[in-house]
Formats: sequence, structure tokens, C-alpha cells
Amino acid sequence: MPNLKDLKNRIESVKSTRKITKAMQMVAAAKLRRAQDAAEASRPYTERFNAVLAGLAASVGDSDAGPKLLVGSGSDQVHLLVVMTAERGLCGGFNSSIAKLARAKAEELVAAGKTVKILTVGKKGREQLKRDLADHFVGHVDLSEVKRIGYDNAADIATDVLGRFDAGEFDVATIFFNRFQSVISQIPTAQQIIPASFEAEEDADATLYDYEPSEEAILADLLPRGVATQIFAALLENGASEQGARMSAMDNATRNAGDMIDRLTIEFNRSRQAVITNELIEIISGAEAL
Amino acid sequence: MANTMQFDLVSPERSLASLEVTEVQIPGADGDMTAMADHAPTITTLRPGILKAVGPSGTEAYAVTGGFAEISATGTTVLAERAYPAASESREALEAHLEEARAKVSGVEGEHKDVAEKMVADLVKLLEDMV
Repeated sequence: MPNLKDLKNRIESVKSTRKITKAMQMVAAAKLRRAQDAAEASRPYTERFNAVLAGLAASVGDSDAGPKLLVGSGSDQVHLLVVMTAERGLCGGFNSSIAKLARAKAEELVAAGKTVKILTVGKKGREQLKRDLADHFVGHVDLSEVKRIGYDNAADIATDVLGRFDAGEFDVATIFFNRFQSVISQIPTAQQIIPASFEAEEDADATLYDYEPSEEAILADLLPRGVATQIFAALLENGASEQGARMSAMDNATRNAGDMIDRLTIEFNRSRQAVITNELIEIISGAEAL
Repeated sequence: MANTMQFDLVSPERSLASLEVTEVQIPGADGDMTAMADHAPTITTLRPGILKAVGPSGTEAYAVTGGFAEISATGTTVLAERAYPAASESREALEAHLEEARAKVSGVEGEHKDVAEKMVADLVKLLEDMV
């Protein structure tokens, strides 16, 4: 029979765990709101940007002489995977699902005889991929000091990626992140950013624009920004997803702790009753013996 | 007066302005231009400079550091990489940006150097204009 004292300690410790998970859930809820607001605020920019870029790409991109960022470098031998994860754990399957998707993609590419390079953003993804893909790592971006993801963070990553592209280090770049669907559902997503791919958007009434300077010059100016914009959007989606995943993970943990406390309390009460009954039996049998 | 159009100024992080204006003065990469209602549809890139939106209720000025503007007959949308209200409190941010641009000049060679130097020159001019 479990010791009463031990049971009591156990209940106390589960109670304090529940307090911690509850607090983490509330913090995540507050941060989720902020992250969602940030994602919301960036949407008009991203949407307009992609619309203009897609229009430009449609009019210029058909020729082979288009910018490399749009038409590619003519080969698809070397792939760069940009894996974006969180800096912290305790958020359910958030990091694992991205790592899993990235790992599957990497293995598929390696099996197809391609060269794979991996750039990790966020500590957790790096740790998970280190075991079997460490040879492919080419870089890491640490965002643990960043309190609020800004466009500058995305621009820095984009500069890094574009620098590598200009140096001919890879042909195709794909970013991995979690698309925020709702608090309980985040979708691991792989999105190709170089060469740029646009979701086919048929604008029947596309306006004919004058371009100043030339279309090519504008396109050459916008494509690198497009990479930064896509990375920024992915970082924000990821931020919201992380907080959403943490919130629901902590909600589950809090509920589990509650169930555990109930169970332990019942066990505690039973044990206590057994002890009392035992003592009574001892007293009564002692009295009868006299 | 029907001669107004919709003006939106958005940066990646937030939307800075959305208002009815009569004209927008844009620091285009090839020179300044003013867009009014019923302007021919145009897309232009921006250089660092002061963007002015003149509306019935007054003139709003913003400092932008790059990006592009999309002008159509009914409205103008400016997508700026970074944009600040042109007031003294924005100076610090812009000066930091200038430092960054200067650092870039020393870091690159060849064709990119000209671009980077032009960026610095534009930023210096922008800061002067703001005083």
C-alpha cells in the first residue's frame, strides 16, 4: 500500500506542475494574439507584392533570358532546404512535424541522386535533424535573441540565401514552415522560393501597366525582395503556429494534470480510510482480548 | 470634388496609411513623379526619399527607403520596404539605416558598389530634406 506521506507529496508536485502548464498556456495565448496580429498586418503587403510580381513574371518570364531567380539556373542538381522551426520546445508536435517533412524531402532528394544542403532557422529543428542529416548542414540562423520577428530578420536570412545563390551554391531553394490554420491545426508546408513559383492566378482583366524603369529592371529589383517577403510571411506563420501549438499542448497537459490529481486524491482517501479501519480493528480486537 | 483617389502605404510589418488623396508625390527610381486621379497605370520602383500624400485634409509626408509603387486610375498603392512618418522621431531609425548602407559600401565591389553608393547619397539627401 502506498505510503500516505508519499501520496501527499505526489499530489502537491502534480499540482505545481499544473500551475506551470496553466501559466504557459496563458502566456502562449497572449503571444498567439500578437503573432496573429503581426501576420494579419503583413498580409496586405504580401498579397499586393505577389500580385504585382506574378503579373510581371507572366509578361517577362516566358523568355529564357529572364532573371535567374525566376527561371532558375538551368539545373536542379543542388537543393537548399531552409528549415524553420522554433527556438523553444514544449509545443507539441510543432517542431517534429516540420523536421519530419524536411527529413522526408531530404531523403527523397538524396535517393534521386541530388545534392542536399540544409540551412536551419531555429534551434529545435537543428537538434532534430542533426542525428542523420548533420553532413548536409551549411548554416544556421539563431533567432533566440529576437523577441519580435521583424522584416529585418527575414531580410537577413534572404540576404544569406541570395548570397549563396549568386555564388552558385545551389539551384533550388525550398522553405519549410508550419502554416497556421487554427489553434489545433498547423500544416507543415514546403514552399519553393528559388526559382520563384507563383500560385497560378488568372487575372482576366489584367491592367496594362507602364513600367518605370523597364520591366526587366523592376523585376530584377523585386525578385530578391520577393524572397525576403516570402521568408517573412513564413516566419510570421511559423510564429503564430508555434504559439498555437504550445497553447493546445499546454491545455492538454493542464487537463492531464487535473485528471491525475483526481486519481491520486481518490487513492489517497482510500489509503487513509484503510489506515483508520486498521487502527479501529486493532483497538477493538485489543479491547475484546481483555 | 471627384478628383480624389485611394492611397495606401504598406510596409511588410504594417499598413501605415489608407486615405483619400488628390495627389501623391513619389520619389521614383528614375525621378520624382506626381500621381493624381486617372493617372495611366504605372509601376515604378522607389529610391529613398520623401513621399507626400496631399489630401483634402492636408499633406502627409513619409520617409521611405525603397520598394515600389503601383499607380492605377482609381488608386495608388505604395509598397515600401521601410517607411516612417517624416517626423523627427524617425530620424534615429533612418540614421541607423544610413550607417548600415555605409557599411555595405565598404563591403562590396564593382557594379554593386555604385548601387550602394547611390543608396547612401539618397539617404543623406533624404535626411537633409527632413530638417
